[in-house]
Amino acid sequence: MEALLTEAFLSSLLTGAIVAAIPMLLAGLGEQMSEKAGVLNIGIEGMMLMGAYLGFFVAFQFDSIWLGFLGGIVGGMLVAVLMAVLCVRLGLNQIVIGIGLTLGVEGLTALLHHFQFSRTYPRLPAPVRADLPLLSDIPVIGPSIFSRHPIVYIALLSVVVLAYLYRRTNLGMTLRAAGESPAALDVAGGNVEGVRVFSVLFTGAMAGLGGAYLANVGAGLFIPFMTGGAGFIGIVLAMLARGRPLWVLIGALIFGAALSLTTALQVAGSNIPTDVIQMLPFAAVMLVLMVFGRKARLPAALGISYERGAR
Amino acid sequence: MSGLATQEMDLPPDPGAGVIGLNNVTKHFPGVIAVDNVSLTIHAGEVHVLLGENGAGKSTLVGMLAGLQEPDDGFLALAGNRARLASPVASLDAGISTVFQHSMLVPTLTVFENLILGAPWYKRPNRATIEQRMGALQRDFALSLPLDAITGELSLGQQQQIEIARALLRDSRVVILDEATSMLTPQGAEELGARMRKLVQSGLAVIFITHKLSEAYRFGDRISVLKQGRLAGQLGPERLATLSEDQAIDEIVQLMFGRDSGGGDAERRQTSCTDEVLLDVVGLETEGGADVMGLHAISLQVRAGEILGIAGIDGNGQKQLAEALAGQRPVARGRVQLQNNTVTSANVAERRRMGLRYLTDDRLGEGSIGAFPISDNTVLKDVGEPPFWLRGIERPAQIAQHARDLIQHFQVRTPNETTPIGRLSGGNIQKILLGRELLGNARVVVFNKPTYGLDLQNIEASRQRIGEIAAAGKGVILISTDLDELMALADRIIVMEGGRIRGTLDNDGGGEALRLRIGRLMAGEELEQKATA
Repeated sequence: MEALLTEAFLSSLLTGAIVAAIPMLLAGLGEQMSEKAGVLNIGIEGMMLMGAYLGFFVAFQFDSIWLGFLGGIVGGMLVAVLMAVLCVRLGLNQIVIGIGLTLGVEGLTALLHHFQFSRTYPRLPAPVRADLPLLSDIPVIGPSIFSRHPIVYIALLSVVVLAYLYRRTNLGMTLRAAGESPAALDVAGGNVEGVRVFSVLFTGAMAGLGGAYLANVGAGLFIPFMTGGAGFIGIVLAMLARGRPLWVLIGALIFGAALSLTTALQVAGSNIPTDVIQMLPFAAVMLVLMVFGRKARLPAALGISYERGAR
Repeated sequence: MSGLATQEMDLPPDPGAGVIGLNNVTKHFPGVIAVDNVSLTIHAGEVHVLLGENGAGKSTLVGMLAGLQEPDDGFLALAGNRARLASPVASLDAGISTVFQHSMLVPTLTVFENLILGAPWYKRPNRATIEQRMGALQRDFALSLPLDAITGELSLGQQQQIEIARALLRDSRVVILDEATSMLTPQGAEELGARMRKLVQSGLAVIFITHKLSEAYRFGDRISVLKQGRLAGQLGPERLATLSEDQAIDEIVQLMFGRDSGGGDAERRQTSCTDEVLLDVVGLETEGGADVMGLHAISLQVRAGEILGIAGIDGNGQKQLAEALAGQRPVARGRVQLQNNTVTSANVAERRRMGLRYLTDDRLGEGSIGAFPISDNTVLKDVGEPPFWLRGIERPAQIAQHARDLIQHFQVRTPNETTPIGRLSGGNIQKILLGRELLGNARVVVFNKPTYGLDLQNIEASRQRIGEIAAAGKGVILISTDLDELMALADRIIVMEGGRIRGTLDNDGGGEALRLRIGRLMAGEELEQKATA
């Protein structure tokens, strides 16, 4: 077992945890805002996948990873616009539309990729890393955490920014009110529809960015269906986090660690059967759900479209 | 106190015409005229009471002033100028703040956050200003609130104070209080009355909606009585000043429950009452709660051939009584006896088999399944019973034949028995439900508001049919909020208020005097031993 404590093992575990956690963190933070405002955004998986596709496409065409991230944000928001029009403006069922959008985007991106690249999967050049001065020199932790792509730091920073937004600003309060009691917000002169549309678009942007990270930094290429449920895990994270961005981060790291443990254990060459190792992330999900799932508190008006003066 | 000219209604648009004018406003909802050609003027410095039963149109008027609904016809005027209030924002901008009957606060936010709710998103919450202004409100209006408490954890009275404080923080000119005392203790209601007085003394206009007569007199400067969507009459400040509380309440009762001008009482049904007691209820009680009224010491008897009317303002326990009789609501204490059988603990199906039938007022909700065809709805309460089911297997031909017979017998207007029942009009659904309840050996039939929401022709037909049922020797309990209906049909009338029986009166053709007596009982004004809710 001492093999588990080698530098190679710990380093690959931490690195893997962060790389796997960032897309889920971005998706979870995005979903959290939608849910706060009362929109259950099941379409987030589709938004993420569209972000991955468009993010890769733009980065590949223009040979710029930063333009690629911008493309990912736009891709996620394109799907979010559909969600906002159908579910917030027209008040259609959020679950049905969300599933529909996800399935539609899965088909569309696979098709587009096939037209363009047929069965080849071209790679992007390895992304630059930003070494944080001094911190990146710490052994083990340094290279794993403080020598990553800048998007990682942006994602971590957004946890703090969102926590401040929810707690200290009128926008944060308006978001919470729209999810708890839209009628109260409406008669107080707030704009229920406006704030819900904003939250859905924000979700799209965050999910799109997460998708682009997955394709451009995580894998360096685009494969159809490559998000593989990361968006759905984002929904779980948002629900378990009880409205706190920091808890989304903690959850994302736990899931990320469980995912990367499979690779790290194989790298370390332990004699645990691979079947058991590959089961770990799913066992972790179930364990977390069993322990914390019951305490998840969701906004009262989550998933319910608002119609003024309905009787 | 008002230095303004107290002009009445049909105002020409001029600046002295009060803060808000409602001009011949009318509002329709599917199947109902909620507000019918109402004109009102709201003056600064006055507590204007809107008084009326449930369904009289009070809440719809509030909705119009709050920007939730716009009138179909007629218009609003602000300071004499024609205006639209198309959204809550427009209403707030016009200086109108509404404290709704049901709290419009976000329970998970703090008091402070609820006070500033609706502020532009890009502005930063300004705590210091709010604290300073709350200090002033505490001095002037005795509004003292814990700013950092979670709103949902406060009492309803405190939550109401938050809403009033919010109205004042917005510098409103008009404050609407919708059924504001219904959730307060008597002491809380008095405090609210004093607070309203201070508000109007500071130059605001207050619109106070209530269905309690004595509150209307004590707190109000001007009382407008609404009845079935129409303005039944108004008592202005000069008039009120000359009246004692008793005299004023007499006048209001006359407006609320008196006959509309013209026409005497409808022809009374020939009685078919016998001596045989079919249903005997002794000391019936049900559990109450925050939202549900409990029943207390309900005792009544229904004889064969008798129609026992139950009068009362909607929501005073009538529905709970009907459900307790039908077996849909657990009985805490007391006894229900049907002929010789005690059925207190019998369930719905057992009571139905023994002949106790209940025709709900919730036709589309619990009465029928809208998407199912008429045929299935006619046997909803007999699922599994022969002849419509045989050893657990449905027999569609028998059910269809039964439905066709019922359609023909009750003259239901429908293409055929396979039409989904939800597509029929209220009157036709009512016929189907009636046919279902009369199936087999019905002995006692409980009707809950059988003519509510029907058109005139169907109302007449339904009343006639209820008379026929009694004439056939069955016992009938007729719950209604329509006094005309009860006086035309019932042999005796029980008045319910606050979940209790306030009086039992023989419908002996007492005419106007009887009608007003019932009205006072309904309003809970007559008996002094009234429990303070």
